[in-house]
Amino acid sequence: MATESDDTATRGPLGRLTAALHGPNTMGNSRRFWYLFGVAVLLFVFFPLYMLPSSVTNMSQYLSLALLALSLAVVWGYTGVLSFGQVAFFGVAGYTYGIVAINVTGPLGTMAGLVVAVGIAALFAAVLGYFMFYGGVSDVYVTILTLVVVLVLKTFLDQTAGDEWTIGEAALGGFNGMPGIPDLALGIGEPFLVFDDFTLFYAALLAVLLTYLGLRVLLNSDYGRVMVAVREDEDRTEMLGYDVKRVKLTVFTFGGALAGLSGVLYVTYFNYISPSELSLTAASLPVIWVAVGGRKTLLGPIVATIFIERLGLFLSVNVGDWAFVINGLLLLVIVLLLPEGLVPGFRDLVSWLGDRRSEGETDDTAEPTGEVVE
Amino acid sequence: MAVGLDLLVQFFPNFASIVLAATGLAIIFGIMGIINLAHGEFIMVGAFSTSLAYNGGIPFLPIDALPGLGRLIGAMLFAALVTALFGLLVERTIISGAIPNWIAERTVGHPVITPLYDRLLDSMVATWGLSLIMVQTFRNVFGNSLSGVPIPFGKLSYGNSSIGLYQVLLAGVAALVLVGLYLLFVRTDYGMRARATIQNESMAQSLGVNTERTYMATFALGSGLAGLTGALYAPLLSIEPGLGAAFLVDAFVAVVVGGSSVVVGTLLSGGLLGIVDTLFSNVYGTFAGRIALLIVAIVLIRFIPEGLSSLVERLRERRLEVD
Repeated sequence: MATESDDTATRGPLGRLTAALHGPNTMGNSRRFWYLFGVAVLLFVFFPLYMLPSSVTNMSQYLSLALLALSLAVVWGYTGVLSFGQVAFFGVAGYTYGIVAINVTGPLGTMAGLVVAVGIAALFAAVLGYFMFYGGVSDVYVTILTLVVVLVLKTFLDQTAGDEWTIGEAALGGFNGMPGIPDLALGIGEPFLVFDDFTLFYAALLAVLLTYLGLRVLLNSDYGRVMVAVREDEDRTEMLGYDVKRVKLTVFTFGGALAGLSGVLYVTYFNYISPSELSLTAASLPVIWVAVGGRKTLLGPIVATIFIERLGLFLSVNVGDWAFVINGLLLLVIVLLLPEGLVPGFRDLVSWLGDRRSEGETDDTAEPTGEVVE
Repeated sequence: MAVGLDLLVQFFPNFASIVLAATGLAIIFGIMGIINLAHGEFIMVGAFSTSLAYNGGIPFLPIDALPGLGRLIGAMLFAALVTALFGLLVERTIISGAIPNWIAERTVGHPVITPLYDRLLDSMVATWGLSLIMVQTFRNVFGNSLSGVPIPFGKLSYGNSSIGLYQVLLAGVAALVLVGLYLLFVRTDYGMRARATIQNESMAQSLGVNTERTYMATFALGSGLAGLTGALYAPLLSIEPGLGAAFLVDAFVAVVVGGSSVVVGTLLSGGLLGIVDTLFSNVYGTFAGRIALLIVAIVLIRFIPEGLSSLVERLRERRLEVD
């Protein structure tokens, strides 16, 4: 693959794009992968044709959560900073969007809400990240601090039931949350495109698709290589002259913005947000998705988010209260037995089967992932 | 004057809750390099066991028939023991993977789990899974709450306000726990082995220390302390499966602020955070207390990344140099 992409790199803009998408840091560099990817995208595009409307709207919820998973995959899987705080940025963006969109009526308000919400989430991540990374807080303490931030934020939101917590027209509402958050809409004055039901599904699908491809380009760029270097050995990266703190802060801020975008899409789905989005259980979900899917991949977290959320729905219908027990067991078993996650495990299985079938033909789905084996 | 006295009295329960919440976590973290995110759930096991034992829910063990205070103390000791045993089981199955590996070696022929020792992030994710399982399983098995345990002793009046004597006495228990741990680490064989294991695991092994057994004992000890915390707070809380979460902020902030040395670190951070919590909670409300704890933790880590106990070490080294 490497030689082939070097050839195509010289062949105009399309060649440069393929070259930018490929590299050792992401899975799926073979032609076979892109065929399958195309089929999967088509299946999603025509999803509303063969599924019930409720499945479609549910899927838009899972897709917006997949963005949250991707934000953690970048921060944790590729840069080595395990953050329990992604839901904090998710929640802050959700509330911010609600406050802006309720106060400023019309599509202009919702568009401004989207921008402001993502901006606030990024700012929040930047401030928190500045104190943590420039304070020399080591990995574990970063994890603990982000967890504590989520817990404190939830405590704060829980006690915002009173009138003094009404911002303009929007009441934060304490435990009960904030209802009546408008759908995202495009246009000036009169909305010409409102994202509800099916349109929201396509918006979420497009967001996930663009984020996935964008992240592939980012992770296979020089900057992506530095991120992976930080994950593998911080001291060595520092010695090689990279500003590790700045890389971590930048990635963390970016992760915050991505989690914020996910939060905005999520609240426009429910038109409602409550502090339970910031509960301990909620904080654990992104970690589960990413760990189960495979934290050093981008595809893994997306697949795992959709799979686990769908499974959760299925289980809560069929086994009720035991759904969370099964989720926890899944996480435990994967971490103990398949620390790299399900999707890399599946890839290894596929390439192993391929090797067994035709000894001579090498399989390029099993390219090295750029990991250092210790 | 009255405000000063009020703050002083309020300090004791806050100090107690921070120290008691943190010790079990600190021991397991300091010695084994494991962050136990199920720590709150271990505390919950302690509280549930206390309630069950106190109210006669344990077959063949008539703790509820004991007279007076004996009934409560018996239930609490029982709870600490149960949690320690539970911790031992968790250590053997999840943390070290010894039991699954033993089975795997006899069925598939090779071990399947690498021990989680010193794999901080993996240990966090795994114990997080455990915590999810425990909360929901307890909810499904025991329902949303168990019958409570009455608060012993009465009220302590001072000035024109009053506070439960039991809450104040907990500070004494917390201090006793710290003294006990100090003696355990400094005076006993186990303590020496544990300290040797922290300093240099492979050297300790080659000098004949069974580090695996040390880890096992450590995890059981840390779990037992978490269980004791749950037991001690059972009279003050409603016994429900999510109760562990209330201890998490205190415990994690205290461990972060305290640093690597278990006894000194927990004592110092318990003292400092207790003062901060008391000041801000009393003047501006509970939520301000939480926020203040978080800010103090972030600022302290910014300037003393190794935690408060590193200050003491530095002081001691300087004094040794002078001598």
